[in-house]
Amino acid sequence: MTLPPVPDPSAGRRGPRRSVRTLPLKLPSVIVLLLWAVVPLVMTIWFSFERYNLLNAGERGFAGLENYRFLLTDPGLAKVIINTVLLVGGVLAITVGLGTLLAVLFDQSFFGRGAARLLVIAPFFVMPTVSALIWKNMLMDPVNGVLAFLMRGVGLRPVDWFSGAPLAAIVIIVAWQWLPFALLILLTALQSLDPESRESARMDGAGPFAMFFFIVLPHLRRAIGVVVMIETVFLLTVFAEIFVTTAGGPGLASTNLAFLIYRFALLDFDIGGASAGGILAIILANVAAVFLMRTVSRSLET
Amino acid sequence: MKRTLRNKALFTAAAWPVALVIFFPIFWMLVSGFKTEVEAVSTPPRLIFRPTLENYAAVWQRADYVRHAVNSVIVSVGSTLLALGLALPAAYAMAFFPTRRTKPTLLWMLSTKMLPPVGVLVPIYLLFRDLGLLDSRVGLLMVYTLVNLPIVIWMLFTFFKEVPREVLEAGRMDGAGPGREIASLLLPLSLPGITSTALLAVILAWNEAFWSLNLTAAKAAPLTAFMASFSSPEGLFWAKLSAASTMAIAPIVVFGWLSQRQLVRGLTFGAIK
Amino acid sequence: MLGLRRYALVPMLLAAALGRAETRITIATVNNGDMIIMQRLSKEFEKQNPDITVNWVILEENVLRARVTTDIATRGSQFDVLTIGTYETPIWGKRGWLARLDEDLPAGYDLDDVLRPIRDGLSYQGRLYALPFYGESSFTFYRTDLFEAAGLKMPDQPAWDDIARFAKALHHPEKGIYGICLRGKPGWGENMGFISTLVHTFGGRWFDESWRPQLDTPEWREAIDFYVKLVRSYGPPGITSDGHNECRALFATGKCAMWVDATVAASYMFDPAESKVADKVAFARAPVRKSPAGCQWLWSWALAIPVSSQHTKEAKRFIQWATSKEYIRLVARTDGWAAVPPGTRRSTYEEPRYVKAAPFAGLTLQAILAADPSHPTDRPVPYFGIQYVAIPEFQSIGTQVGQLVAAALAGDTTVEQALRSAQQAVERTMRRAGYFQ
Repeated sequence: MTLPPVPDPSAGRRGPRRSVRTLPLKLPSVIVLLLWAVVPLVMTIWFSFERYNLLNAGERGFAGLENYRFLLTDPGLAKVIINTVLLVGGVLAITVGLGTLLAVLFDQSFFGRGAARLLVIAPFFVMPTVSALIWKNMLMDPVNGVLAFLMRGVGLRPVDWFSGAPLAAIVIIVAWQWLPFALLILLTALQSLDPESRESARMDGAGPFAMFFFIVLPHLRRAIGVVVMIETVFLLTVFAEIFVTTAGGPGLASTNLAFLIYRFALLDFDIGGASAGGILAIILANVAAVFLMRTVSRSLET
Repeated sequence: MKRTLRNKALFTAAAWPVALVIFFPIFWMLVSGFKTEVEAVSTPPRLIFRPTLENYAAVWQRADYVRHAVNSVIVSVGSTLLALGLALPAAYAMAFFPTRRTKPTLLWMLSTKMLPPVGVLVPIYLLFRDLGLLDSRVGLLMVYTLVNLPIVIWMLFTFFKEVPREVLEAGRMDGAGPGREIASLLLPLSLPGITSTALLAVILAWNEAFWSLNLTAAKAAPLTAFMASFSSPEGLFWAKLSAASTMAIAPIVVFGWLSQRQLVRGLTFGAIK
Repeated sequence: MLGLRRYALVPMLLAAALGRAETRITIATVNNGDMIIMQRLSKEFEKQNPDITVNWVILEENVLRARVTTDIATRGSQFDVLTIGTYETPIWGKRGWLARLDEDLPAGYDLDDVLRPIRDGLSYQGRLYALPFYGESSFTFYRTDLFEAAGLKMPDQPAWDDIARFAKALHHPEKGIYGICLRGKPGWGENMGFISTLVHTFGGRWFDESWRPQLDTPEWREAIDFYVKLVRSYGPPGITSDGHNECRALFATGKCAMWVDATVAASYMFDPAESKVADKVAFARAPVRKSPAGCQWLWSWALAIPVSSQHTKEAKRFIQWATSKEYIRLVARTDGWAAVPPGTRRSTYEEPRYVKAAPFAGLTLQAILAADPSHPTDRPVPYFGIQYVAIPEFQSIGTQVGQLVAAALAGDTTVEQALRSAQQAVERTMRRAGYFQ
């Protein structure tokens, strides 16, 4: 039995009074994040205009736009940015798409559901570097790997993942790691779906597909929005999996922006260049966020 | 009745193969921990073999598992609790008393994670050096809180918005103030969401391998450093890595399994209506 | 009398407390087998030196290097002992970041016993900045059973053309045997470590005397062409993600007929717990083309002390122990002679029990003594190093070029295109670093 929405007589006056009282609730988080965001950001911006190499610390000095010029004239930069976008897009498509379907599936009642759920969430528990190593050497290796063994068993030539399709291989590994995250959030959101709406839809004669598209998906919209936003932020900075498997190669085929910055920061120890790269990454990420916001904004409806 | 049983069987037949396929790499890792090094990388891959505990023995002997595990627990759980403490009031305020600035604030919070950590390593390292926080659990805990706070706020915000307004308004009309509202109404209703959030935050902190390697040395090193020492040395290492990894995720899996029951318990509220 | 004794009690207690005060030293090291043994045996050191406790930070080579470099360059003082190699030591020694170690060595340390090339590799302007823990060069591994079956004989000093011939004859992918395994994974210390030796022995060099990059020269072209053709025709699939470890696993599981790589892998190839081919492997010198000086590489992992350490004295005692003759004998007692850290001291190679336990010892010593990092090829070079160039920029340069060579190997570009891009990239980096305008 649901209560009809009661018009609140104090609604008009609630706004300003309540929001003043909410400031102290939000303030600690905001202050703390402000410090964490601002201090490194300011330092990064500062370093990006400096000629600062850790190994040649004696030659520090103002460098103007030199770091940015060096970064932007890198012949491989366009490819690196495209790789970054492809990586994020690919993983998002797989985790959100497959995650939604699996959430619906695992929401149903079936035998051993608890155990099956635990199995599906398991990939998120393992450290990313370990996952990547296992995928690389034990599964995807074209000579000794399990996938190669299976493919040879059915008469196919094993796929040479890391030579022929390095970015695809990385997308698969990262998507496998993040699927549990999407699944967990979507499943939890699904479980707050009012069983009465489902019942009434069924009584109206809705089949499973109609149910999915008209009841389930709209309900999940907010959760999908959150999954997309959070995953994007993490996926833009994917580094460990690339470092451990392909080292960005062959050529630049699997180098994303984070790996390029790594090359500056920890191979060259060129802090100026790395900082410029970091600023570029932030700019790009903000562009991506604005774009996503347009697409996903309704989920943030407040 | 028959229809529901048939559906149940169908779903079982659909869900279990998917679960097994997704779980397979982990299963392979678990199994490899009990093989010898040479067996672990040979083809054809063997499912039947004589299991050995030599890898676990080697791992245990070589690195101080307990010290690393304690560090991991302190830093992950501590940072999650701290993050929850900061995030709960903020998410509550933003979900139920939204202002014009709520959306941009949320976005800005997420944007603090957009700088690849490797680009900001040296500035943070210099900062920590000057504050004496290098190789300290406190330092690492603070970093993890800050790193996870945006995610925790976002997720709590999302789950709070799922809570039906009517229930809260009914409580409000009964005279409950914000304190009681949060404690006795909101928390129980959104418990599965809070638990999921906590679980994810703990896992993200547990597996975080950049700051934990770069900001610690011997004292505060968590299990990620333990893992890193078994990763890619010269020579065959995949069996030992599998064993070490199993030891590293064991505490987290137990924690995850325990909180699963919380999730299940919290779900029955849907039927109460 | 009693009163006086009571006053004496306090300083006595104080002295006892201070005497038992423990110094903790933190050592950062690589997770290779020899260092793991050192970690285990450090309990012996702690027993002999009860006032010192050793804390260990063990990481994979690349992660370790980044971690340690960040710390020493920012004077973070996180470590008292660093494990670094012949690449970093002269660079950091020049910058005054490392403590000098050839002074006040204990009697019996016998610095002259240390092999000359290794010692030179760890010095700057004649001053020693790190004590060598183990040393290595490179040579050829091959399968005696496969050679016998095909009626082939591996000469003591093969030429690269010989190797190409052998690889062709022994390549049987349908049986799971590949002719030759060579590193393909991009990285300055991975594929480029090997490829630098190839280029040098083909007569090429990284830079001319004015530091102009030479990647567009015919020698580079010939070397990379040879490499790509050889590995594409007779190597295993997926080679572009196979570094030292993966190749080692391939050879140890019997998939490769030949392998050219580090001498330190030899003792593991003989160990049946680590290798399926323990009874079927033999060794020869690294293959040569035109110039013998740079066909094998020279590397040493050594222990050094940053000047910012608070416990220099204790750290020195530790590294003097770990690089001493006594330590080598200790390892022989606990793990057998085959497991002692190789390549640092002449006395190791004069020990008959070592030579008996390690049939590859003679070749290893020959290779180390033949490697000359100051003359890696027949033409003069401005740099030091065979499988790397001892300049700070090399990590980035080597990795960039390594990625491009891997692209050529994978067939994504031609060798010509790859080398052109590589030349561009290196020129950009060197110009920015100020080597030329």
